[in-house]
Amino acid sequence: MRVLAPSLLRAALLAILIAFLVSPGWFEPLLKPLVQDNAPAIYNQGSLLTLTLLHLRIVAIATMGAVIVAVTLAILVTRSFGAEFLPLSRSLVNVGQTFPPVAVLALAVPALGFGEKPTLVALFLYGLLPIFENTLTGLTTLSPSVMEAARGAGMTDRQRLFKVELPLAMPVILAGIRLSVVISLATATIGSTVAAKTLGEVIIAGLQSNNIAFVLQGGLIVGALAVLIYDGLSAIERAMARRVGMGRQTN
Amino acid sequence: MIEIDGITKRYDGTAVVDNVTMTIAPRTVTVIVGTSGSGKTTLLRMINRLVEPSAGAIRLDGEDNRVMPGFELRRRIGYAIQGHGLFPHRTVAQNIATVPALLGWNKARIDAKVAELLALFQLDPAIFAARFPHELSGGQQQRVGVARALAAEPKVLLMDEPFGALDPIIRAKAQADLLDIQKLLKTTIVLVTHDMDEAFHLADKIAVMDKGELVQYGTPAELVTNPATEFVQTLIGASERPFRLLSIETAGQAVEPGTAEGQPVAAETSQRDVLSELLWTGRGALPVAAADGTLLGKVTLEGLARRAAKPQ
Repeated sequence: MRVLAPSLLRAALLAILIAFLVSPGWFEPLLKPLVQDNAPAIYNQGSLLTLTLLHLRIVAIATMGAVIVAVTLAILVTRSFGAEFLPLSRSLVNVGQTFPPVAVLALAVPALGFGEKPTLVALFLYGLLPIFENTLTGLTTLSPSVMEAARGAGMTDRQRLFKVELPLAMPVILAGIRLSVVISLATATIGSTVAAKTLGEVIIAGLQSNNIAFVLQGGLIVGALAVLIYDGLSAIERAMARRVGMGRQTN
Repeated sequence: MIEIDGITKRYDGTAVVDNVTMTIAPRTVTVIVGTSGSGKTTLLRMINRLVEPSAGAIRLDGEDNRVMPGFELRRRIGYAIQGHGLFPHRTVAQNIATVPALLGWNKARIDAKVAELLALFQLDPAIFAARFPHELSGGQQQRVGVARALAAEPKVLLMDEPFGALDPIIRAKAQADLLDIQKLLKTTIVLVTHDMDEAFHLADKIAVMDKGELVQYGTPAELVTNPATEFVQTLIGASERPFRLLSIETAGQAVEPGTAEGQPVAAETSQRDVLSELLWTGRGALPVAAADGTLLGKVTLEGLARRAAKPQ
């Protein structure tokens, strides 16, 4: 029962989310008390489903870019030839994280125009750090005896990386990606201030017309997405960590 | 044959291994002993070029070990280490298949080899092939580690404290198994340890390292009867000398004609263990039996005492 309850809760959350996106009308009575007499209770300036998909698309593209750059960078600086770039790449990635996304948007708009592009840049920069740091941790905390055995067996540098280091570091790298995705899901909403099509549009429309129902439904959809994706990625991570066994601890 | 010729390794000007020259005969077990920091592991790791020497050369069957890239050399030399270093994300079978897979053996040949090695190391393939390392006991992990090192049928097997992480009972069994497998496969084994009992149990020849130098290289008996330096003397332990001598040879080599009362001891038991048995049972002699049960003669307390005495 204790194991089953959380999965049931998640399944219910997913079902409600899908129902709300496909047929928001069903939920109108619930939101109606929150708005003034003549105002609409359900967002009516576009399809919630389309906005959700666009929101997910922006997050997916930005995260994929961040994964490719951050993992590659982490691999390079953990090779013997790249070790001297480790401090430099660390500070570069840190700057990406400390720079507020709103400021990135403001700076990117003159260069890239309004729309999706500045949002992608902001999310990409913001997502780099957790992935980079976790990949570094994963690659630098491998068991020395396993690495010694890999060299002793006659693996080349490349074979060691792809057959041993990356598979063993994968659960930790995935944890970084998960963190990055959840941050991006929330941050993507501010992309709508520069006209990117995300769920932020619903929230902003609500703020402009003093419509609490809009703000609430935009926020809740983003929140539900974050919880579900976080859980899904956690499950994959646990499965991988099990496969990798206790090697990390015992050696 | 492994010829180590004037090999030196310096780190920041300090010689960790200093001008070591020794020749290791094929199909023998050579044990390198020394305290920590004596350079014994560095010497071992220069044979398969996990460490590149600063000076000197190592030849395997007459061929310099630098004629091929390091990774190719290492695929031809078995390597087993303390704490086994099994790949935690691969099954036992995949771990054992590591080097054959790198060498591009076909699947049938790899599968046959894995099954053969699992059987050799007393691990039922039906049970163990698909398991992951963390599902095995320490002794089983160690056996898989050695099986992996032997998978590509190397002529030379290097072992760095391979039994260091095992408890005493499993360690004795692992040592006995290693000797059996060495006799069967005729592999040349070079093993590093700091455990003198292990060295005397396993070695055909022992190399003693001290502060980077090879201070003595000889048979176990030579080390006991004629230690080259104070250090070798200390390492062997003055009070241990007669027992070390007895631990080298077997009961079969001390057989005298005649019969004796009591439970026969096996011919391959070490003389040290026979002495222990004689003392414990309070007898002056015990019969010795061959593996097939036939009585070969007896071992006497006086005979063993003569053998344990300092050679005149």
